[in-house]
Amino acid sequence: MRPVIQVSGVRKTYGKTVAVDEVSFEVNEGEIFGLIGPNGAGKTTTMECIEGLRTPDQGTISVLGLDPFRHVYKLQDRIGVQLQQAQLQKRIKVWEALDLWALLYQKKAIDGEHLLEQLGLADKRGAWFMNLSGGQKQRLFIALALINDPEVVFLDELTTGLDPQSRRAIWDLVRGIRARGKTVFLTTHLMEEAERLCDRVAIIEHGRIIDIDRPERLVDRHCPERTVVLATDDPIAEDRFRAVPGVEAVILTDLRFTIRGRGDDLVTEVIRCLSENRIRVTDFRTILPNLEDVFLKLTGHSIRE
Amino acid sequence: MMRGLWKLTWIEIKIFLREPLGAFGTIGFPVLVFLVLGRIAGRRLAPPPLAASSFILVSLPVLASVLIAVSAVLSLVTIISIYREGGILKRLRATPLRPQTILTAHVIVKLILTAATLALMVLAGKRYYPVDVHAPLFSFTLALLISTWSILSIGFLIASIVPTARFAQPIGAIILYPMIAVSGLFVRVDSLPPVLHAVARVLPLTYAVPLLQGIWNGDAWSTHVGDVAALAVLFAVCTALSARVFRWE
Repeated sequence: MRPVIQVSGVRKTYGKTVAVDEVSFEVNEGEIFGLIGPNGAGKTTTMECIEGLRTPDQGTISVLGLDPFRHVYKLQDRIGVQLQQAQLQKRIKVWEALDLWALLYQKKAIDGEHLLEQLGLADKRGAWFMNLSGGQKQRLFIALALINDPEVVFLDELTTGLDPQSRRAIWDLVRGIRARGKTVFLTTHLMEEAERLCDRVAIIEHGRIIDIDRPERLVDRHCPERTVVLATDDPIAEDRFRAVPGVEAVILTDLRFTIRGRGDDLVTEVIRCLSENRIRVTDFRTILPNLEDVFLKLTGHSIRE
Repeated sequence: MMRGLWKLTWIEIKIFLREPLGAFGTIGFPVLVFLVLGRIAGRRLAPPPLAASSFILVSLPVLASVLIAVSAVLSLVTIISIYREGGILKRLRATPLRPQTILTAHVIVKLILTAATLALMVLAGKRYYPVDVHAPLFSFTLALLISTWSILSIGFLIASIVPTARFAQPIGAIILYPMIAVSGLFVRVDSLPPVLHAVARVLPLTYAVPLLQGIWNGDAWSTHVGDVAALAVLFAVCTALSARVFRWE
């Protein structure tokens, strides 16, 4: 796979505050890459350096083989950008914005009307920007980011402030962008979003990257614990559970067992133990760690704090 | 290079016209001031003695024109600061659109509005001013556009320094309106105290007023080469300065 974004040793300070320090990573063609971390971790600064909107103090960046600082206009012709907290003119109409954006790029723009339809904005094409809902504004910004059929799309906190339903609709859209062979670079502080959407994620905190990998591999590496919770009144159960390979702890409270262990096979082994011993259960749940737990483990605090 | 300029200009004009108060402030208000002042002066002083008639015939049109220019500049300052505060400038900057194109589009919008206001004023004035006006309207419009263009560069400077959109209008007014007082429209620049005289010499209005008065009176352009040159120099200096201090967010 060909890397389309290469970031190496980037550092950016604002006065005495170090926003981003020694940040290095690569984004491959055709993947959805997520930069995840709490607010103020340096996600937006990193992204804006890559987009050519900010100049790093140190380090090198290459996007599609271009230097974002020196070839900013050439680069912006080939990428699509959705900024956090952006606005348009209050009284600009949806179709006017698309019309203007379509004209700004060298490359022939894609069909704006079709794009509006895909994004569910067709009936809002004549509406003023100020009269759109949060979700509609966000979808318009996504449309503007896609109008030039870009090779790389940058999405900064694209579902922040949206209700779960719009959020899911936008996730589907982003997957659609990848399906058309484009590369997506996004930032988010929502772990669920990163887990569901990203092929690979980089965890950033205090301006430094802590780890980069596929979400499931990050979970395996940092949080290999698995937990099974089940309910049974079988008297032999407790001893049998303790003998299951990989089990580290068995806790019994009110006829409810919490079985903790390591490894992908733990759940299978517990199920095999149940069936071999004909233990009758009235409840069975698994608790698997997610990126949220990985973040907690790596930083010692929750991403929401 | 200037890709998107005309489309952006056209869209900005439409957006401006959709804002009822903005359209009134920039086009309606100067015309109204012109009419009210004209009627008061005209009624009281009819038949006008020489001094008053010179005020109606020369100073009033020039004052009204200067008001048009100043309100165009104020509106530019406000728009730029609103666009900056709201992140609109930043969003436009994240496209191949060049900064110069955005600013040029706004300047063209303001110049078009200035010309439109002047045209309205002439039409309205014809009805209320019985006195014959032999002013060379084409040359006067040109002179006003040159003056507005030059004063706009001060607008850029103000737009570059005002912190938030809320302060843009008052700060702009505080800087721009006193400029009218020392511009020579009411008191001759020579008779100002030395300090004010020095200040007046670096303000574009000081050159715009004699240019407008002269052209209104039928002077040839050749007699005002100095004024036009001074306006051009001031424009260049202010534009260069604001290019250095301009913030996009």
